Amino acid sequence: MITTALVSGLGLGSMYALLALGFHLTYAVSRTVNFAQGSAMMVGAVLGYSLAVTWGWPLWLALPTTLVLCAVLGLVIERFLVRPFHSRGSDAWLMATVAGGLLLDNLAMFTFGKEPRQFGSALTSLRLELGDSSLNAVQLAIPLAGAGVAATLYWVRRRTQLGLRLEACVQNPRAARLMGIEVNRVVAAAFALSTVFAALAGLLIAPLYSVHADMGTLFGLKAFAVAILGGIASAGGVFAAGLLFGLIEALVTLYFGSAFTQLLCFALVIVVLAARPDGLFGRKLWVKV
Amino acid sequence: MFTRSLLRRWLPCAALSLACCTGFVQAAEPIKVGLVAALSGQSAKSGEALTRGLTLAIDEINAQGGLLGRPVELVRRDDESNPAKGMLAARELIQREKVSVLFGGLDTPVSLAIVPLANQLKTPFMGIWAAGTKITENGAKDNYVFRVSAVDEQVDEALVAYGLRQGMKQPGLILANNPWGESNLAGLNAALARRDMAQAPAERFEDSDLDMVPQLTRLKNAGVDTLLLVGNVGPSAQVVKGLQQMGWKVPVVSHWGPAGGRFGELAGPDAGRVHFIQTFVFGTHNSARGDALLAALKQRYPQVKTLADVTPAVGIANAYDAMHLVGLAIDKAQDTQGAKVRDGFYAITDYAGLIKHYQQPFSADRHDALGPDDYVFSRFDGDTIVPVKP
Repeated sequence: MITTALVSGLGLGSMYALLALGFHLTYAVSRTVNFAQGSAMMVGAVLGYSLAVTWGWPLWLALPTTLVLCAVLGLVIERFLVRPFHSRGSDAWLMATVAGGLLLDNLAMFTFGKEPRQFGSALTSLRLELGDSSLNAVQLAIPLAGAGVAATLYWVRRRTQLGLRLEACVQNPRAARLMGIEVNRVVAAAFALSTVFAALAGLLIAPLYSVHADMGTLFGLKAFAVAILGGIASAGGVFAAGLLFGLIEALVTLYFGSAFTQLLCFALVIVVLAARPDGLFGRKLWVKV
Repeated sequence: MFTRSLLRRWLPCAALSLACCTGFVQAAEPIKVGLVAALSGQSAKSGEALTRGLTLAIDEINAQGGLLGRPVELVRRDDESNPAKGMLAARELIQREKVSVLFGGLDTPVSLAIVPLANQLKTPFMGIWAAGTKITENGAKDNYVFRVSAVDEQVDEALVAYGLRQGMKQPGLILANNPWGESNLAGLNAALARRDMAQAPAERFEDSDLDMVPQLTRLKNAGVDTLLLVGNVGPSAQVVKGLQQMGWKVPVVSHWGPAGGRFGELAGPDAGRVHFIQTFVFGTHNSARGDALLAALKQRYPQVKTLADVTPAVGIANAYDAMHLVGLAIDKAQDTQGAKVRDGFYAITDYAGLIKHYQQPFSADRHDALGPDDYVFSRFDGDTIVPVKP
């Protein structure tokens, strides 16, 4: 019995981690976060459903199109909800991204509809028997996809031109600008990548759950808690915290009952942050004045 | 001289015409009834069903000249399944829209939030879906809350009885973590205690829970052989998916939450294993009134083509009968004032409705028109709700 709980926990944890990596990416590059991450996840699921089910596109076309459209959404969020405020030293981007998320949720409600829909996948019928329980292919694919994305992100940051530019912006945006790096473009790319991560999470979770306009709200909130728990400046820390949070949720429910899940999980977050204010794997940020 | 004669002759005529016109305007002013229900979100389909049932009854009433010579008009507000929003919407409908009677929706927490307001403002509040026992048995000295729907305590009794008929030895409860779930937890355990059975192991879930496997695993480990489920559409579907994942073929006997939306689609091929309670199910063979209502539904809503399009029928049927009972109460009261309408409910002696033939449906100490004898067990067959053969 513990196997299914562990795999479920890892799956959920990977989803939190994917969303939280989006928070990490934009924070690392621009010291801003996109509070519409949960809504971007919902947009990914809704767009995927609309293209693949409503309009009957083949999956090989619908899924990449969804990710591209979500990347464009990330660019729009950065250009209109973050940059105008951040460039003037204002923190109003915080409220602007929250408002943007609400706008997306409501737009989805009016266009997609108010009822949840099932985004069936043939992969859910492929089952792996584990003793007296079973797992479907999507459940197995979710942690693998999460780990794959984290590894790819690590590789991109260490081995590619874009990664080097990202690193330069992370370390010193002013010096990066003087070296000819277009920091605004790098920041925009980070936002695009973060919404792609969110969309991927939405597409992966949709076959196991249902697709509806407010599916991203709680996910976004938990992912932000995960980002803070892991130490938002540390990619590895954020990913590990996501997995940890998902596992703890599943195990607390298994051993103590669902009444204690939120209570114990968030109490744990508070205790950890009280002991390590910069998160489990975060480091203190020194600012020279 | 001429002017004075003209005034003397024509002024009374003008005054009379004005009075007639005013009277006519007053007569034409509609009697408003309000609906506060989930019109969006996971339970949106329930709000749509309630709207359809009320609208069809109002169409029939208006076709026969309305109530007290005035047409009836429905005003709707979306509570988004949120008690705070529901209470605000109810206040707006009572105080601003001046509705004579307020109808409630699917969610017990929302209805429980509206009950004190309805009693305080002396506005009859008619429950047409939410089944929380405390909605009508709210302890108020002046109780303005009525219901044409199931009642948790009686449903719990029916669920346990049904489970036992199916061979249940060790029930396990899986419930929504909200007042509706708590109301049923007490009711189910009381029903078990009446049969000298031990308190059942219970697990709760949030509406947003993605994975029910841990809760179900705990119940399986406790030796449960029948699940008694209380939850709305989304989480109920997640329970079925969790069972699929675990490969646990346990019978599921449920409150009527699954009927509130696209359960057949959301839960997948195993949706039919959940047997749930209803007060009414449309079938291929209905009563004359049922067939007439089905025809009216198809005519009024062209998107209704098959029986799958009239789910959840319980919402349509409860709302339809409740609106006619409200009409009778206003007719008995000959007024739309809250206290008089309430007494009007008590004065109803007989009404041949869709769900049943109501005889003295309400009295000062009984505000629920339906009882356990009016419940039927049903299940999803694809997207259609069909009765389970006894």
